[in-house]
Amino acid sequence: MNAVTENNDLSLRLTEQYNTLRDSLKESGAPVLNIHRQKAFRDFVAQGIPTRKVENYKYTNLQPAFAKEFDFPVRKSANDFQLEEKFKCDVPQINTHVVTMRNGWFYAEANEAVQLPEGVILDSFENVARTRPDLVEKFYGKLADTSADAMVALNTAFAQDGYFLYVPKNVAVEQPLQIINLLQAPKDTYVTQRNLIVVEEGAEVKLILCDHTLNLQNYFFNNATEAFIGSNASLDYYTVQNQHNKAVSINSVFVHQEQDSHLTSNTVSLHGGLIRNNLRVELDGQNCEANMFGLSFLDRKQHVDNFTQIIHGQPHCESNQLYKNVLDDESTGAFSGRIHVKRDAQKTNAFQRNNNLLLTDKAQMQTKPQLIIEADDVKCSHGATIGQIDEEALFYLRSRGIEEKQARLIMMNAFSYEVVQTIKVEPLRDRINELIERRLSGDVGRCHECAYQCDC
Amino acid sequence: MEEQDKLLNEVTQREYQYGFYTDIEMDIIEKGLNEDVVRTIWEKKNEPDFMLEFRLNAYRKWLKMEMPDWAYLKIPPIDFQAISYFAAPKKKPQYESLDEVDPELLETFNKLGIPLEEQKHLAGVAVDAVIDSVSVKTTFKETLAEKGIIFCSFSEALQEHPDLVKKYIGMAVPVGDNYFAALNSAVFSDGSFCYIPKGVRCPMELSTYFRINAANTGQFERTLIVADEGSYVSYLEGCTAPMRDENQLHAAVVEIIALDNAEVKYSTVQNWYPGDKDGKGGIYNFVTKRGVCRGVSSKISWTQVETGSAITWKYPSCILLGDNSVGEFYSVALTNHHQQADTGTKMIHIGKNTKSTIVSKGISAGVSDNSYRGLVKVLPGAVNSRNFSQCDSLLMGDKCGAHTFPYIEVGNKSSIVEHEATTSKIGEDQIFYCNQRGISTEDAIGMIVNGYAREVLNKLPMEFAVEAQKLLAISLEGSVG
Amino acid sequence: MLSIKNLCVSIEGKEILNGINLEIKPGEIHAIMGPNGSGKSTLANVLAGREDYEITAGEITYMGEDLMEMAPEDRARKGIFLSFQYPVEIPGVPMVNFLKTAVNEHRKFKGEKPLTAGEFLKVMREKKALVEMDTELTNRSVNEGFSGGEKKKNEIFQMALLEPKLSILDETDSGLDIDALRTVAHGVNALRSKDNATIVVTHYQRLLDYIVPDHVHVLLKGRIVKSAGKELALELEEKGYDWIKKENGEQV
Repeated sequence: MNAVTENNDLSLRLTEQYNTLRDSLKESGAPVLNIHRQKAFRDFVAQGIPTRKVENYKYTNLQPAFAKEFDFPVRKSANDFQLEEKFKCDVPQINTHVVTMRNGWFYAEANEAVQLPEGVILDSFENVARTRPDLVEKFYGKLADTSADAMVALNTAFAQDGYFLYVPKNVAVEQPLQIINLLQAPKDTYVTQRNLIVVEEGAEVKLILCDHTLNLQNYFFNNATEAFIGSNASLDYYTVQNQHNKAVSINSVFVHQEQDSHLTSNTVSLHGGLIRNNLRVELDGQNCEANMFGLSFLDRKQHVDNFTQIIHGQPHCESNQLYKNVLDDESTGAFSGRIHVKRDAQKTNAFQRNNNLLLTDKAQMQTKPQLIIEADDVKCSHGATIGQIDEEALFYLRSRGIEEKQARLIMMNAFSYEVVQTIKVEPLRDRINELIERRLSGDVGRCHECAYQCDC
Repeated sequence: MEEQDKLLNEVTQREYQYGFYTDIEMDIIEKGLNEDVVRTIWEKKNEPDFMLEFRLNAYRKWLKMEMPDWAYLKIPPIDFQAISYFAAPKKKPQYESLDEVDPELLETFNKLGIPLEEQKHLAGVAVDAVIDSVSVKTTFKETLAEKGIIFCSFSEALQEHPDLVKKYIGMAVPVGDNYFAALNSAVFSDGSFCYIPKGVRCPMELSTYFRINAANTGQFERTLIVADEGSYVSYLEGCTAPMRDENQLHAAVVEIIALDNAEVKYSTVQNWYPGDKDGKGGIYNFVTKRGVCRGVSSKISWTQVETGSAITWKYPSCILLGDNSVGEFYSVALTNHHQQADTGTKMIHIGKNTKSTIVSKGISAGVSDNSYRGLVKVLPGAVNSRNFSQCDSLLMGDKCGAHTFPYIEVGNKSSIVEHEATTSKIGEDQIFYCNQRGISTEDAIGMIVNGYAREVLNKLPMEFAVEAQKLLAISLEGSVG
Repeated sequence: MLSIKNLCVSIEGKEILNGINLEIKPGEIHAIMGPNGSGKSTLANVLAGREDYEITAGEITYMGEDLMEMAPEDRARKGIFLSFQYPVEIPGVPMVNFLKTAVNEHRKFKGEKPLTAGEFLKVMREKKALVEMDTELTNRSVNEGFSGGEKKKNEIFQMALLEPKLSILDETDSGLDIDALRTVAHGVNALRSKDNATIVVTHYQRLLDYIVPDHVHVLLKGRIVKSAGKELALELEEKGYDWIKKENGEQV
C-alpha cells in the first residue's frame, strides 16, 4: 500500500517538474520533437514510475531512484570545458571517429577531427531535427512506444538532444564511430538523451558507445535510441557501461530490421549503480540476422537488468541471444528475454541463453526467459543457468599447480570469453578483455578512467 | 499389436466419449453467491463450527479479490451469480452396500470404466467417486482402515476426524491464496480426504474420480492428503464431464502435506470436456494444487496429463520447507481446436539441500494456445539446492501457439538452477520413416507424440499410463491435415 | 517386378531426374552408381514415395501396379523397403514397439494374425542371428544414440524382419568401417532369393565386392548414361567418373 502512495507522490513531483519546464522545453526544443511531448507525458502519468508490480519491471524497482531531487536541465550549457582534457578514451589503436556527448547534449566542437564518408551524418539530434525535420519525422517515435514503457514515455516527453547518425545507401563506414556519453554536472541531475540511427539499404556501420560519469553527483540517465536498418544493411552496436555507483542508467534501444539486414548488439556492463538495458528488435523482413549479447560484472549493491525482446515477424530469420552475468557481494542481476515468433515467421531460428555466476550468498539473480511461438516450422530454444564456478574444473586447475585465486580468475575469464569474442572491433575486444581482467582481479574498485578517481 | 489397433479405432471415433449425461434426481440450490449461500452449504453438510468461520473468511477475502489476468489466456467474463454452488445426487450419498446406490449412478461409473464393485475393480486401486462435488462411494475403505489409513470423502472426514482436518486444511493453500482458491474455500461441497499414519506404506493406489453431471453448476471439490512421518502413498485423480454448450466452472483445491521422510505421488489424468471443435462449451478448469514438504527428506511428486478443459489454469506446486526435501513436476499438456492451457509449477526452495525437477511437455494443435509458466525460487537460506527444468513444446500445424514463461530467482551462491526449453514440430522425415516401414501417418503421429511425452508418461502408474497414451492420440484427432 | 519408364523428377522447380528407364526382375541385383549430385538418392526416395519430389513425367510400375499413386506405407506393405542413407532418430519411441508395429502392419496387410509379444521377440532373435546383428535394441529409442554403423546395421535388420520383395539400399556403405560393411553385406546376401530383387545405390565400388550385382548402371545428371555387367563397377573404381562424363560431352 505504502509503495503505491509513494509512487503517486513521486509521479506527482515529476508532473509538477514537467509542467514547470513545459514551456521552456517547447521553446528550446525542435518542433518535430515537441509534437510528441504531450502524449508521451500523458502515457507516463498513466503508467507511473515502474515498481515491481509492473510485470516488465518485476526485477527492477525504479521508485528509490526517483526519490532523489534532480535538476532537469533544459538548455545546453556552454562549451565551458575541454572535454578532451577531462576525458580521453585510451583504447590503443582504436582509430575511431570520436564524438562526445555531455549530459545528453551533443558537442560539435569536440568533434572537429571527424572525417566521414560523403553523405554520412553524425550530428546533434536537435540540430538535425531543426534543419531536416522531414528526415526526423519519418523515423522519430516510430519504434519507441511511449504507451509500453514509462521510461520511454518520460524520455520522449523531455527529449531535446542526442546524436543522429545517418548512413546513406550502399555506404560502408570503414572506421568504427565512437560516441562517448559523459555525465558531468554541478548538481544531482536527471539527464535525457535521445538518439536516432538510420542505416539505409546496403550500408554498413559500427558504433561504439561508452557511458561514463565524471564526478560524484547522483545521476539519472534516461537514454533512448531508435535504429532503422534497411535491407541488406548492417549495424554493429557495442556499448560499454562504466558509470559510478550513484548513477542510474536506463538505456532503451529499439531496432527495426528490413530483409537481409544484420544486427550485432553487445552490451558490456562493467560498472554502474543501477543499469537497465532495454533492447527490442523487430525483424520485419526475410533473412534477417540479429545477434544480441550482454555481459556484466557486478559487485557491492549494483544492479543490472537486461530486458530483451525479439520479434520475428517474417520467415527465414535467425536470432541469437547470449547474456552472462557475474555477481559478487550484494549485487543483483536480472535478465528477461522474450522471443516472439509470429504466425507467418516460418523457418525461424531463434536461440537464447542466459548464464549466471553467483559468487556470494548475498548476490541474487533473477531470470525470466520467455518463448511465445505461433509458427510451427521453427527451431527455438532458451536455456538459463544460475550457479557457481565449476568446482571440478577449479580443482583440475589447482591440481596443475595454479593457485586458487588465479584459477578462479581463469574460470571467470573463460565464462565471459564467449560474449567478448563476439566483438568484431579488435582493439575494443582487447581493451574489454583487459578491463575485465582488471575488474575481476579487483584492481579497479572504482569505475575505469574516472577523472576524479573517486571511490564510489 | 492389439493396443495399437484399439488405439487406432479410438482415434477415429469422432466425439468426446464421456459426453453423456445421467438423469439422476439432484438436490440443487438456487443460483447465486452470498454469505447465506455459504451458510446454507455449511448447514446442508452439517459441518463443525470452525468450517463456517473458514468458509466465511474465504468468502470475504474472495469479495475483495479480482480474477487473475496475468495468464496467457483469454477468459470470457464469468457471472458468478449464474452458477449454482451446490448440487448433489438426492439419494443420500452414504451407502451401507452397493445395493443402495442409485442404479443410474452405478451405471454412470460403469460407463466411465470405474466400476464401484470392488471385486470387479482394477486390482489394487481404491476409489473415491465424486459426482458433482459429492463423494458417492469410497471402495476398499475397510482394507485400508486395517492399516490405519483414512481414505474417505471430505464430508465424512469433517464428521469423523474434525481435528485432523482442522489441523491441516489451508496449510498448503491458505483461504486467501488466490481468487479461485478463495472461492473454493468458501463453497466447496466435498472431495477426498486421506491420512497415511506414521511409517505406513499405503498398499494400493488411492484414486479419486471426479465427474461433473448437473448443468449450470460449478464443481468445487477439495482434496487433502496428509502423509505422516515415513509414510508413502500414490494418489490418482481422473475426471470427465458431459458435453454441454455452455461453459462450466471447475475450481478445485488440492493440498498435500508431507511430514518427515514421507512421500506422496499425485497423478492426474485431466479429461474434462474440452468443448467442441469450434470452441463451444467445455470446462473452465481453474485449479490450485500445492504440496508442502514440511518434514526433512520428504518428497512430493506431481504428474499430470492434461488433455481436457476449454481453459486450464493450473500450477501444481511444491514448497520445499524441510531440509533435503524433494519436489517433482512432470507434465504433458495437450491442447487442440480452441483449447487454452496455461499450466506449470512453482518450486519454492526454503530448506537446505532441497531438490526439484521439472519436466514439461506441451503439445499444441488446431488453433489452441498452450503455455508453460513456472517459478523456481531459491531463498537465501536454501543452500546447496538444485533445480533442473526442461520445458519442451511440440507444435502441430501453423495456427496454434506454444509459449514458455519461466521465472527463476536464486538468492545464494551454492545452489544450481538450470532451465532448458525447446520448440519443435514433428519431423516430416520421422513420419516418412514410419510410413516406409508400413505404419500409417495417423499411427506414426500417435507414436511420435507418445514418444515425445514418454519421459512423463513413464512416471504414471501403469493403468493410468495406458489410459493417458490413448487419450493423447484421441485428443489429437482431426489435428492432422 | 519394377519397371521405370522415362521418369522425370524435380524438386522446387529444379530437375533432378531426367528420363530414367530401368527394368528389374525378381532375383536380380542392380547397382546404381554415379558421382555426387547425380540423382541416385532422389531415385531411391521417389521409389519409396517421399513427397518432397514432383514427378513431372514418366511412369513406375511395380508388380503390375502403378506405384506413383500409392501412399508410402502401402508401398512398404507391398514389399518395397528403403534402407535410408540417414535413418532418422525418433526420441522416446522404443525400437521394439516400432518394429512390432511395423511387422504387424505388414502381417495385417497380408491377412495374417498379428504376432504376440512373445512370438515377435522370437522372430526378432532369429532375424538378428540371420543378419548377425549384435546391436542391443531393447530400451533404446528408434535410431537414437546409435552410431553410424549401428544405424546401417539396424536398417538391414529391419529389412530382414519385414521380408521385402524389392530392397533399395541408399548409400548403405557410407560411413561404415570394413567390419560393419561385411556385416551389412552378409545380411543382404543372406536375405537374397530368386523371388526378391535389390537395388544398391552407391558412390563407391567397395560394397559391390561383397554384394555382387548382375547389372551396373551409371547415373549422370539425372540420366542413366551407361549400363553393363559387374565389370563396369571395377572400371569406374579404376578410372573414376571423368571418362564417362567426357563420353557424354561434359566439360571436366
